Amino acid sequence: MATAAQTPRFTHPAARGACPFAPPPAYQQAQQEEPISRISLWDGAPSWLVTRHEDIKAVLSDARFSSDATRSGFPFVSAGARQLGTGQLTFLRMDDPEHARLRRMLTGEFMIKKVEALRPEVQRIADELLDAMTDGRSSGDLVREFALPLPSLVICLLLGVPYQDHDFFQECGRVLLSREATVEEVRGAQDRLVDYLIKLTDAKRTEPDDGILSRLVARGELSTEEIGAMGRLLLVAGHETTANMTALSVLALLQNPDQLAHLRAHPESVAGAVEELLRYLTIVHSGLTRVAAEDVTVGGVRIRAGEGVICMVSAANRDEQQFPGGDGLDLSRDARRHLAFGFGVHQCLGQPLARLELQIALNTILRRLPELRLAVPFEEVRFRGEMLIYGVHELPLAW
Amino acid sequence: MLVHIDQEKCCGAGHCVLAAPEVFDQRDEDGIVVLLDAEPPAELHQGVQDAAAVCPAAAIRLERV
Repeated sequence: MATAAQTPRFTHPAARGACPFAPPPAYQQAQQEEPISRISLWDGAPSWLVTRHEDIKAVLSDARFSSDATRSGFPFVSAGARQLGTGQLTFLRMDDPEHARLRRMLTGEFMIKKVEALRPEVQRIADELLDAMTDGRSSGDLVREFALPLPSLVICLLLGVPYQDHDFFQECGRVLLSREATVEEVRGAQDRLVDYLIKLTDAKRTEPDDGILSRLVARGELSTEEIGAMGRLLLVAGHETTANMTALSVLALLQNPDQLAHLRAHPESVAGAVEELLRYLTIVHSGLTRVAAEDVTVGGVRIRAGEGVICMVSAANRDEQQFPGGDGLDLSRDARRHLAFGFGVHQCLGQPLARLELQIALNTILRRLPELRLAVPFEEVRFRGEMLIYGVHELPLAW
Repeated sequence: MLVHIDQEKCCGAGHCVLAAPEVFDQRDEDGIVVLLDAEPPAELHQGVQDAAAVCPAAAIRLERV
């Protein structure tokens, strides 16, 4: 049986290998040799690494593994990530019942029928962005002109945040999600962003609109500061993830022309295609973190109270036992069991919206740009290895 | 097949509505699961099993009858 005294296998996060779409080889190797193993973190602290699909589901659905980032032993991937997780507490880093109380103020906002009702509006935004991108031009950066503005515009609309402030909040988001940002930089970005949202929330008290911030104000259960922190979480989580997933999906499809041709010919299959892309790309690439609140045995390994656990969902999403041939992209696969949105009660709140945006984004791009191709050699594409959310910094395309 | 739901456990992720919209819905006020058909016909069983399998909060329990 593994014990806490074992020598760490490597320092997390490990370096990627030759394929930029695949998780670093060290994780898949750990999955085969020692699926629950010891690693060390940036500051030398030890943590458990969990790599198999079954074991990760067990950890993420077990309330004895805490999401409370203020507990001793909680693992972080960088000093900045520790500041992000502990500087302003949101329900993302809380346990039930407090987590459930806060999350349930928002679950109605992202339920299937409510999100589905947004479809015409999201389609309109996607078409307008592509109109502007292709107007008199035959090349451009998909990230800047489409992948980032699409979910940004949508989350602004839902929250009641003015989109004209996008340079400001996108820059804050970039700092918050950088593994290379210092504690001071992260704290500064957090403060600026939450101050902005607090001012906005205050304004909603006198001039309410039809957005989530106004509805949270109207509930009367949260302070302006609490609404500001919640708004900050939704604003950043609401656009960085889908933006990166959109651009990375387009790149993965361009590198798999048979899959791209299949989706272009069968746009009605886009929902399944998006699930497979979520599995294959798993942009939450440094894993999901928990700390054991008491001693728990998982997969035959005893994890002691106070020990950190990193659930490597990117490795689990290629676990051969769940997804045979999982290193390949196969849009006809039933990939719905993937863990790209996590698992358990913390599973992504906004996933119906992410699915809608991705389905519309991919089908609209493929339908409207039949000659779509990469405008630079694949080797020159800059991947976001240093960011908490994986993707590409730019995606220069021609059409 | 008998379907049981646990509204206390539900986290409103919405998988069940995608997998079996004839059997599951979400409450308007908070997106928590609502059971539309506790004893669905055979042709819906696959969808219901999929819903139970992907539910992140283990809020769906199936009973053979």
